[in-house]
Amino acid sequence: MENCEPLLSVEDLNIYFRSDDGIARAVNGISYEVKPAETVSIVGESGCGKTVSALSLLGLVPCPPGEIAGGKILFDGKNLVGCSEEEFRKIRGNRIAMVFQEPLTSLNPVFTIGDQISEAIEVHEDLPGDTLHTRSVQLLREVGIASPEERLKAYPHQLSGGQRQRVMIAMALSCRPDLLIADEPTTALDVTIQAQILNLLLSLQQSHSMAILYITHDLAVVSQVARRIYVMYSGIIMEQGETDRVFQSPRHPYTRGLLASLPSRLKRGIKLPSIPGMVPDPAHRPGGCPFHPRCRLVKTSCREAFPEMCDYGNGHLSRCPILYHETKGA
Amino acid sequence: MIKTADTPRTWNETLDTPSSPGRSRLEESWRLFRTNRLALIGLGIFLIFFCVALLGVFLTSGSNPVFDPALVRLEEKLRPPLSRPNLDALTPGKVPTLGVYLFGTDDLGRDIFSRMLQGAWVSLTVGFVAVGLSVLIGIAMGGLAGYFGQARVTFGHLLACLLLGMGSTWLVAGNKWLAIVLLLTGGALLYISLQDTRSGRNPAKENLWLSWRRLPIMTVETLIMRVVDIMLCFPSFFLILTVVAILPASMYNIMIVIGLTSWMGAARFVRAEFLSLREQDFVTAARALGVGKLRIIFRHMMPNALGPVLVSATIGIASAILTEAGLSFLGFGVPPPHATWGNILSDGKNFIFDAPWLTFIPGFAILIVVLSFNLFGEGLRDILNPKLRKRS
Repeated sequence: MENCEPLLSVEDLNIYFRSDDGIARAVNGISYEVKPAETVSIVGESGCGKTVSALSLLGLVPCPPGEIAGGKILFDGKNLVGCSEEEFRKIRGNRIAMVFQEPLTSLNPVFTIGDQISEAIEVHEDLPGDTLHTRSVQLLREVGIASPEERLKAYPHQLSGGQRQRVMIAMALSCRPDLLIADEPTTALDVTIQAQILNLLLSLQQSHSMAILYITHDLAVVSQVARRIYVMYSGIIMEQGETDRVFQSPRHPYTRGLLASLPSRLKRGIKLPSIPGMVPDPAHRPGGCPFHPRCRLVKTSCREAFPEMCDYGNGHLSRCPILYHETKGA
Repeated sequence: MIKTADTPRTWNETLDTPSSPGRSRLEESWRLFRTNRLALIGLGIFLIFFCVALLGVFLTSGSNPVFDPALVRLEEKLRPPLSRPNLDALTPGKVPTLGVYLFGTDDLGRDIFSRMLQGAWVSLTVGFVAVGLSVLIGIAMGGLAGYFGQARVTFGHLLACLLLGMGSTWLVAGNKWLAIVLLLTGGALLYISLQDTRSGRNPAKENLWLSWRRLPIMTVETLIMRVVDIMLCFPSFFLILTVVAILPASMYNIMIVIGLTSWMGAARFVRAEFLSLREQDFVTAARALGVGKLRIIFRHMMPNALGPVLVSATIGIASAILTEAGLSFLGFGVPPPHATWGNILSDGKNFIFDAPWLTFIPGFAILIVVLSFNLFGEGLRDILNPKLRKRS
C-alpha cells in the first residue's frame, strides 16, 4: 500500500475569497494525498479551511466570491482544477461522494427517504423502477437501518439524527464512489451515535474498499479512524504523518496544544490547558508563521520567515524549524 | 497511541429506534386547517362555487341549453326573484326550466339565474387562468433572479432581446420581412451570447472588435427586480384598462392581460425563498451528489418555495375575479351577449331603484366568492407558517 499511486493528490492548492475587505486566503498552498482504500484525516479548528478544501474537490466552492487561485487537484490522474460543470457532475456522487456535517438539514424536507436515495442513484445510472427500489432497500440495509422497506416511505423529519446520517451515508455510497469525503459527519450527533456511525463508516470502507477523507476537529475520533493525519491551521498544513507517530511525538507546538487540551483519565481534576487566542482572520493573517501569535515557543525568526516543512522521516513532516533544531541538537 | 476520550468500545450494529407517528405532512396540515373555522367555510364556498361554475357551463351552453341565459322575454321584464312566470303570455318554449324566476329577470326579460350560472364560469376561468399565468411568470422570473441572480447580463444579451422585441412588434404590425430579419439576427446573437456564458472562454484571447458584446451591464437580479419595481409603480387597474382599450375585447385577452400585470408579487416571493433555499445544506448535498442545475431548481427548491406562492395565488384569484368584474362593469370586459357577474351588475345599475335584485344578486355573489378565497388563502398561510402554529 505504501508504494501505490495516490488516488487523490492535492498539490499546492490555493483558494481565495474576494470581499470588500480584501482577499481572504482560506486555503493557502496545501498539499496532501489519499491512497486508494486509505483513511486520511484533516484536523483543524473551525475556520482553518478544512471544509473549503473539501468542497473544492467537488467543484462546489461558490465562485464568485471564491476562486481556486492555483495548484492542482489530481484525482485518478486527472486535474480537477478548471474542470467544467459537466465534468464535475460526472464525478460528484459517482467517483467522489460527500457526507455533510448536519444530517438534519442535508435532506430535503419535502421528499421521502426513498425518493432521495433513488434520485442519488438515478443521477448516474439509468435503472428501471423495481431495480431502483431493491437497490435502495439494499443500501439502507447496508447502513444498518432497521425495516428499510418502511423507512423508504418516511420523511426526513420522521427519522432520528443518527438514522438521517445513515441515510446520508447510504446516498453517498449509492454509486460506489472511490473516495468518500466525510465532513465532520459525527459533530451533530451524540457520543453513542457518533461511535456507531464511525464504526459503520469503517466497516463500509472495508467492504467497498474506498478511500475516506475524514475532516474533523475531533482528535479523539481521528485516533480511531485515520491511518494518516494532516493538521491544518489557518489555511496551511502544519504537521502531517502517520496518526500514531503524530499522536505519540507531535512535532509542532499547535499539534501539541491540541493534544494537551484533550480530556483524559490522567488529567482528572486538573484544569485543561487551552491554546490562547483565536484563529487569525484569513484576510489579515500575521506574517511569518501564522501560528506565532499563539505559540509558546515563539522566536524572532517565527515572525519573519514562513516556516519550511521539516522532515522527521517516515512521512512525518512538521512546519516548525524551532522544534526541529531543538530535537536535532539534543 | 494516546487513548484520548472515553469512547465506548462496543457498538451495536443496527438501530431499533422507535419511529415517530407516521403522519404525513398533508394529514398534519389538514388537521391544523380543520381547526380554523373561517378558512373551512372559505374552502366550502369555494368548492360549491367550483361545482356551480362547472355545472353552469354544461347547463347554459349548446344549441338548446337547459338554462338559456340569452332568451329574451320582453313581456316578462324586471320580474322580482321567486316570481312565477305568466304562463298565458309566454310561448311554451320560453317558460323557465325551474318554473320560477329564481333570481328574477332583467330589463329584457332574461332569466338572471341562468345569466349568473354562465357568469360563474367566466369568473372562475378568469380567476384561475389569470393567476395561473401570473404564477408561472412569477416563478420563472423569481427563480431566475433568485438562483442565477449574480450572473451578468451583457450588452450582447440586451441587444439580442431588443432585436427580438422589435422583431415581434413588427411581426404584429405586419411588416413580415423586416420582422423575420430582426428575429433571426436577434436569435443568433442570443444563441452566441448564451454559448459564450456557458463555455466561459477567456475573453482576453479575443480581439477588441468582438469583445463589446461581453460588456457586463448589470446582474440578472438587478434587471428582473427593477422590472418588477417598475411594473408595481403603475396602478395596475389603469394599466389593464389601457391595454384592454387597445386590444379587441375577449375573455382570453382579459385573462392574459390580468395575468401579465399581476406576476410581480409571486416573483418577489419566489426570489426571496430561493435566496434562502440556495444556501440550504440539502441543496449543497444534492449538488455534491451530481444532481443537475435544472433538477435542483425544479425538484429540490421549487416544492420548498411553493408555500407562500400558493397563498398569494389564492388571494390573487380573488383579486383577479374582482378585477374582471370591475372591467366588465366599466364595459371593457367580456363582450355583451355573454353574461358575466360584472356586466349583469352594470346593466342592473340603471334600474337600481325599480329592480334592486339586478345589482344585489351579482354584487353579493362577487362579495361571497372573493371573501371565501381570501379566507381560504389566509387559512393556508396560517398552516404553512410554522411560527403561527399552535402547539397541540
